Amino acid sequence: MSCPHPLRIPKTKVFPLVSETTHDGTVALGTPVSPDDGLTSAQLADRYGLSVSGARPSLVEYVRQLWDRRHFILAFSRAKLTAQYSQAKLGQLWQVATPLLNAAVYFFIFGLILKADRGMSRDVYIPFLVTGVFVFTFTQSSVMAGVRAISGNLGLVRALHFPRASLPISFSLQQLQQLLFSMIVLFAVAIGFGSIPDLSWLLIVPVLALQFLFNTGLALIMARAGAKTPDLAQLMPFVMRTWMYASGVMFSIPIMLEDKPGWVADILQVNPASIYMDLMRFALIEGYSADNLPDHVWALAGGWALLLAAGGFVYFWKAEERYGRG
Amino acid sequence: MAEHQETERAGAPIPTVIADELHIVYRVNGAKTGKGSATAALSRIIRRGSDDTARGVRKVHAVRGVSFVAYRGEAIGLIGSNGSGKSTLLRAIAGLLPAERGKVYTDGQPSLLGVNAALMNDLTGERNVILGGLAMGMSREQIMARYQGIVDFSGINEKGDFITLPMRTYSSGMAARLRFSIAAAKDHDVLMIDEALATGDRKFQKRSEQRIRELRKEAGTVFLVSHNNKSIRDTCDRVLWLERGELRMDGPTDEVLKEYEKFTGK
Repeated sequence: MSCPHPLRIPKTKVFPLVSETTHDGTVALGTPVSPDDGLTSAQLADRYGLSVSGARPSLVEYVRQLWDRRHFILAFSRAKLTAQYSQAKLGQLWQVATPLLNAAVYFFIFGLILKADRGMSRDVYIPFLVTGVFVFTFTQSSVMAGVRAISGNLGLVRALHFPRASLPISFSLQQLQQLLFSMIVLFAVAIGFGSIPDLSWLLIVPVLALQFLFNTGLALIMARAGAKTPDLAQLMPFVMRTWMYASGVMFSIPIMLEDKPGWVADILQVNPASIYMDLMRFALIEGYSADNLPDHVWALAGGWALLLAAGGFVYFWKAEERYGRG
Repeated sequence: MAEHQETERAGAPIPTVIADELHIVYRVNGAKTGKGSATAALSRIIRRGSDDTARGVRKVHAVRGVSFVAYRGEAIGLIGSNGSGKSTLLRAIAGLLPAERGKVYTDGQPSLLGVNAALMNDLTGERNVILGGLAMGMSREQIMARYQGIVDFSGINEKGDFITLPMRTYSSGMAARLRFSIAAAKDHDVLMIDEALATGDRKFQKRSEQRIRELRKEAGTVFLVSHNNKSIRDTCDRVLWLERGELRMDGPTDEVLKEYEKFTGK
């Protein structure tokens, strides 16, 4: 033994090796120390100010812990983003090339083959479609990353101590940065089809901020659900695809549903995905006027964002101490 | 009893970790038949609400009623055969696994020396040092102040400028050394080390053991899981012996190791 300083040597305790033996809590304490003798573990813990390990912090404390980890959250999201294309020869160029190819595929299918551009000129339809695809992909990939945020990172959750909400938040932050790359393509497309950058482009900032809040809330909810039921990762692509087709990503809802009762179009138009897409189109595209927006669109955009962000955060926090079990 | 009187003169020891009748249970989905067939999964869903065994969820009782008190300044070794619950016990102390029954009380936030999961093979060693430090809860300033120390300790740059290459290009020994260096860079109240000493060449092992002794001086209490009895002897003064999730023996290193070696037939 090479101990640098004198240490107390505990009295050896030997326990019989019988299954389901129950020891008396006080007897099994490593070193009976006279002033503390006869105290139960809880009393001993209380006397020296120890706290229960792994207990859930209060909501305020949780927010504070999360704020302390803001650098980690940002660094983790950027690391994930970089790692994504680090093996490719073109490297980070794929950040822009991937959304561009995506837009080209959708244009080929919906613009040229299916002719979903009813009621719109080509100069409006192409930026309309590209905006829709990018904005919806932002929500879609946040949800998908959210589902796997805990269940796909169990190693991290079981090895290190940090507020678990860091993971879903970090993943939706990664998607936001991905979208910012896509915006380069989007600006080029909008300008290429005759929209000139003007003051209305500034609206992009609040729209993105609100959508980011909405997505983060949704990712938090999906992270808790996915932690309990990992099967959701298999199910969600279908849910998301249904949502995409119902939100008017590649067609205008009011025009497509002209012959259906009015309330169907109304419901589809107040769904959050459709609201954020429409606002972004309104901000970017010259020929896409406010007539295309539902009533109270900004209130709806803010309401959805606030509801999901606050609700999702509290919902996720409620299970904080249970993530990583089993 | 002489020991106890000595203790009292040195001032009453301060407990840092108290485990009270701790039970940890893992639940594994679809492990009943061992096949995870579709019909088994279906019956599991249908029987939701009835008890776990009927639903084919298998329980693994990894830690069964372990109680002990660890004090400030102690270095405690955890020994036992594979699957005896050592790592699980450490995770429970760190608050990373919830207890089925019983409680763990701790002073401050115990940390597990395990930063591996936060590192990414596609990133450079440099970025991993920063990412790993942030993941352990260090601030950017702290990491910057220690950056050079971490790189020097790992010895990654001894054979050229490797720290700016992605980690996937490292040899397994180099990667392990960098991981240990990142993990050991932080000061902890209660520190837990899981098989970390087995990494690297002999020279690096010596350096790691030295670093663990330093950490112990800074930390309140150090826990060390190892299958290497020599590194337990070199670093620990008290040993907990776990077998099948139960605490079999708790005492000074020499006595417990003697019994353990008799048990394993060495």
